[in-house]
Amino acid sequence: MTPFTSMTAIAAPLIRDNIDTDAIIPSREMKTVGKTGLKEGLFAGWRYLAMGSRDLTPDFILNQPAYRDAKFLLSGANFGCGSSREHAAWALAEYGFRAIVAPSFNPIFHGNCIRNGIVPVTLAIDDITELADAMPAPIHISLEEMQVTGADGIALPFHLPEEARRALLLGLDPIGQTLLEADRIKAFLAKDALSRPWIYPN
Amino acid sequence: MSKTLFEKLWDIHVVMDIDGDAALLAIDRVLMHERTGGVALESLALAGRPVLAPERAFATMDHIVDTRPGRGDATLMPTGTAFIQATRQGARAAGIHLFDITDPRQGIVHVMSPEQGILIPGITLVCPDSHTCTQGAFGALAWGIGSSEAEHALATGTLRVQRPGTMRIMIDSQLKPNVSAKDLALHILSRIGSAGARGKVLEYAGSAISALDAEGRMTLCNMATELGAFTAIIAPDQKIFDYVKGRPFAPQGVDWDAALASWQSLYSDPDARFDTDLRFDAADVVPMVSWGTSPQQSLALGAPVPTAQAVAGRDTAEAHARARDYMDVTPGQPVTGLRIDGAFIGSCTNSRLSDLRRAAAILKGQHVADHVRAICVPGSSQVKAQAEAEGLDRIFLDAGFEWREAGCSMCFFAGGESFGPQQRVISSTNRNFESRQGPSTRTHIASPETVAASALAGVIAAAPVREISL
Ligand code: SF4
Repeated sequence: MTPFTSMTAIAAPLIRDNIDTDAIIPSREMKTVGKTGLKEGLFAGWRYLAMGSRDLTPDFILNQPAYRDAKFLLSGANFGCGSSREHAAWALAEYGFRAIVAPSFNPIFHGNCIRNGIVPVTLAIDDITELADAMPAPIHISLEEMQVTGADGIALPFHLPEEARRALLLGLDPIGQTLLEADRIKAFLAKDALSRPWIYPN
Repeated sequence: MSKTLFEKLWDIHVVMDIDGDAALLAIDRVLMHERTGGVALESLALAGRPVLAPERAFATMDHIVDTRPGRGDATLMPTGTAFIQATRQGARAAGIHLFDITDPRQGIVHVMSPEQGILIPGITLVCPDSHTCTQGAFGALAWGIGSSEAEHALATGTLRVQRPGTMRIMIDSQLKPNVSAKDLALHILSRIGSAGARGKVLEYAGSAISALDAEGRMTLCNMATELGAFTAIIAPDQKIFDYVKGRPFAPQGVDWDAALASWQSLYSDPDARFDTDLRFDAADVVPMVSWGTSPQQSLALGAPVPTAQAVAGRDTAEAHARARDYMDVTPGQPVTGLRIDGAFIGSCTNSRLSDLRRAAAILKGQHVADHVRAICVPGSSQVKAQAEAEGLDRIFLDAGFEWREAGCSMCFFAGGESFGPQQRVISSTNRNFESRQGPSTRTHIASPETVAASALAGVIAAAPVREISL
């Protein structure tokens, strides 16, 4: 996973509430058993004129030349609701997005972002609209300082739990991290098998 | 110190604390399905990481598998066969339990798991599926995760979890006879909205919850993800213990006695504190239906579609207008009476035996309107077999319903079957998002009773109030 410390980039405004994971990547676009080859399918229902086609919808934000290199997405409340498919985070990451700024996130999607090097930044909707109004001008997102800086210099602090922040800053592989604790896990299981034997089939 | 049910379950499972407010939690059961299971198993195998406890992991075929009679690995979803086969191979190679297409135990993961006794009170259970909250209904800490987390749980037997907040919804008094758990779920959604329980473990309690049977509780908990909850949970009681007892993977013999004794302490202490505490009165709940493209956009059957002003603070005017356009409804117009093209009974919300019985009681001896395509998809092969043993399949078929093999089917659009663009569908499922049931398909979610009554009427209609007898 690519670490994230800070970055200056353009943010594409797609300010709608309740953008669900099927809108982020429709199920029909998940064509192979794997985590790659998904960026083509990102927002496919909106980005392309018809189902299955690759003709671009001209006014969709990501199809506008000014937002070709957007690395951040500005959105509405409850971003990433719906199906738990991690393909939504994989598709956003593969497309190049490094941060999503929204008033709130679905909890499963929030976790999927962190595991895939995307910073979920929670800001008030008024601040997000203000950032959007100033687009396309680059904004700065610092995970070290936990702060978004608008093009006009306005500084907007945000919050992330420490465990998530560290994972993103260091680009940690959580499975590898946990496997370092294998002895403690083994000890827990041995003890637990005595107090809750019915959990452990023979 | 007094604890909530969630805090008791959390404490039992903490392997170690992680800095901040997170912990490494032991995971007792991992469930998978072919939409995401194959990806996780393949990725683990590629990384050379074995599954720590395959005997506590289970995979089933539900999401992509065809539900038409005589099905095999072929499916209408393009490339779907690859997902089915990858899951089968991955499960076999890892040695985890697999309920394959022709296995009598196959079914929607949240229907099959309680049926098989995989779900029992007091456990942690995860599945890469957002409706895993369904399984909190038995007093387990059960929640939906992403694929990477599924890999983590399989490889390490644990998950790193940020401690969620707590919320309780107390629902006292009794539901009216023509109102079911689905109506209650939609009622709560319409009141507190799709962010109403965001990130929280939502405990349902009160006399109306005790009065629900195990299946009704699952229906209610199923929709907690639509409230943004981390998961839902209900303290287990005798109804749950009776349901679990004797099921294939449930504890047996002395294990059963020890388990039961431990489950008796699974409740929130009387003076335990929740971050948020809400109350509802079950007697206020009436049959509900959704009008828009988010489950929070639901209303009483017969009520008019609200104006944007009426929902200020919930939907933006833009979101409201978008939903109205998509669904082709206008403010002030009642949803009842809208002509439907399709009716669907199925999904992990409402496809269990009690759901099919209640719908069949309405359909018995009648026929769906000529212009309606009606489909019933039992939640599991076991539900299907039980329904057939009772003759419910005949009632559905005689009424003009298709009677399918078990699976998720048209609950969601995987790229294969759908009712078609602009088609208006009344559905016992849980999501009415844009294109959820197919590109531009218009979904109204409601109880199986309302779906059955609407299929007969050819328009969205309330079920008659009557006693159920078959
Ligand atoms: S029935 Fe629908 S909601 Fe339930 S698991 Fe299947 S696709 Fe998801």
